[in-house]
Amino acid sequence: MNVFTIRDRWMNALARSSIRRAFSSGIGMVSGGFLIILVLTAIFAPWITPFDYAAQNLANSNAPPGWPHLLGTDEFGRDVLSRVIYGARTSLSVSATAIAISVSVGMTLGAAAGYFGGAFERMVMTVVDLTWSFPDILIALIFVAILGPGLTSTTFAIAIAYLAQFTRLTRAQIVRLKQETFIEATINLGARPAHILLRHLLPNAVAPVIVAGMLAIGDGIILEATLGFFGLGAQPPTPSWGAMMSSGSAQLFLSPWILIFPGVAVAVTVIAINLFGDELIRALDIRDRMREA
Amino acid sequence: MSILEVRDLGVAFGPIHPLSGVNFSIKKGETLGIVGESGSGKSLTAMSIMGLLPLFGGRITSGSINFDGQDLTKLTDRAWRKLRGGRIGLITQNPMTSLNPLQKIGPQVDEVAILHLGMSRAQARTRTVEILGTLRIPEPEATCNRYPHQMSGGMKQRIVIAMALAAKPDALIADEPTTALDVTVQAQIIRLLDDLVKKRDLALVLITHDMSVIAQTCDKVVVMYAGRAIEQGPVATIFESPHHPYTQALIGCIPHGLAENERLNRIKGTVPTVMNYPKGCPFHPRCPRAATICSTTQPQFASVGESSAACHFVIGDAS
Repeated sequence: MNVFTIRDRWMNALARSSIRRAFSSGIGMVSGGFLIILVLTAIFAPWITPFDYAAQNLANSNAPPGWPHLLGTDEFGRDVLSRVIYGARTSLSVSATAIAISVSVGMTLGAAAGYFGGAFERMVMTVVDLTWSFPDILIALIFVAILGPGLTSTTFAIAIAYLAQFTRLTRAQIVRLKQETFIEATINLGARPAHILLRHLLPNAVAPVIVAGMLAIGDGIILEATLGFFGLGAQPPTPSWGAMMSSGSAQLFLSPWILIFPGVAVAVTVIAINLFGDELIRALDIRDRMREA
Repeated sequence: MSILEVRDLGVAFGPIHPLSGVNFSIKKGETLGIVGESGSGKSLTAMSIMGLLPLFGGRITSGSINFDGQDLTKLTDRAWRKLRGGRIGLITQNPMTSLNPLQKIGPQVDEVAILHLGMSRAQARTRTVEILGTLRIPEPEATCNRYPHQMSGGMKQRIVIAMALAAKPDALIADEPTTALDVTVQAQIIRLLDDLVKKRDLALVLITHDMSVIAQTCDKVVVMYAGRAIEQGPVATIFESPHHPYTQALIGCIPHGLAENERLNRIKGTVPTVMNYPKGCPFHPRCPRAATICSTTQPQFASVGESSAACHFVIGDAS
């Protein structure tokens, strides 16, 4: 094998990958590119932010956008740009962690319910459908009320609010796949249930769940911002987009930039996630399977 | 000494009894054909032998399936898993969908030897390549790195056969292995199976609705109709002197150098559905010879020479 065949293989693998296909359209490139920049910004926040997000300067409070505070300052004279950048950290990490928990638990429950069926399935799905029938925000509020405000409880609240979606989606996939001939063939070869579930059923069920998870991160950001707006999420001085909008709403007419910039951040991020998720669905060609839940 | 012996097998799905009174036995190195129309219970027989009935909500109500001294109707789940794929291989009729679309061919075939023979991954791969070679699959090593969608139907069926053979089974059940393939490939696969039986001393149960395949490859044949075996015996005898009117009709349907404008033979009527199997002999509504006794009493098996048939005319109580 020479250098060229190695390079060809690598290029082929890249060309075939669905992620790359999602980036191939204009919308995919813009939304995906924005998300990559956003994640990098959140990760490298301490090196990028021009000011300390918590440093107060009451002499320069409610300063309009300009130099050196590009997006102005809030009622305590804190730099809005720095706080929006750090807010990305809070929003993205809370939402992504919550959805990761939700996807792992949901997939486990859904796969077990779909595979084993019977009384176990009925029990799991009844509870799951029960939570499905309430609005996400209501479930999240209930759990924050029980656990008390803060980022950890926000994370768990969001995770529980979206659990039903992933459980249902995974179960639907597994139930459909169980009918496939190759699963029957695997049984005929004497495979153990764990092997069938982990090696044959789950890998074939994972794509729609991953994409649903990706889209749910967007919803999670909104839910996190909502809880933050009500003062139930990040506690001061930790910056969170929702909490910033909440404090900004008090001075909406005096200094609108305090509310507008975190609001724009939420909107643009969620739109980018949704657009990229759509492109991913197209690239993976799973539009029909997404509806199965 | 038979390796597989099915005695008076009866199957029920709830209140419905789609299969009853199936008897046959098979030795190593022998091929047994099971032939019949769709819905005659051929595949159900295969599923019973593989212990797959519970999966579809069925159960064995009577009889025994004896495999190498064990009664399969009394096995636990764990014992079944050892047997399936390990000592009895099953080849199903749909190679197109019998492989996991997300896994490469190699790992899928390796898995069987790892599971049943306790081989390491590397050993299993060596064995896979060897088996693919004996099944005349070109470039066995490269094939291991392909995905199912990159292969043709005939090749996929060979892979499925390779998986069935990977754990050195004693018996192989092929449930219409060629139905989904085109005619030229069908002949290749049938020849391949025939070869395997001779070289590996396998016992092969070949389920088909193609009488010409039976004639080419089998030693013995069981003819099934409406969930019952109605005639069985050595292939040569059955083809030369079929006793049951249904077998006669089936053989009469094999096309044989027809003249222009001549029509193909067919059996009048349709196979009864499981819900309303007729009383008496199940074939009597379509039978050209049916007498009164045929519609009232179920005929028992009676031997005629080397074969046996369940027909009142063979027994001699109808004329």
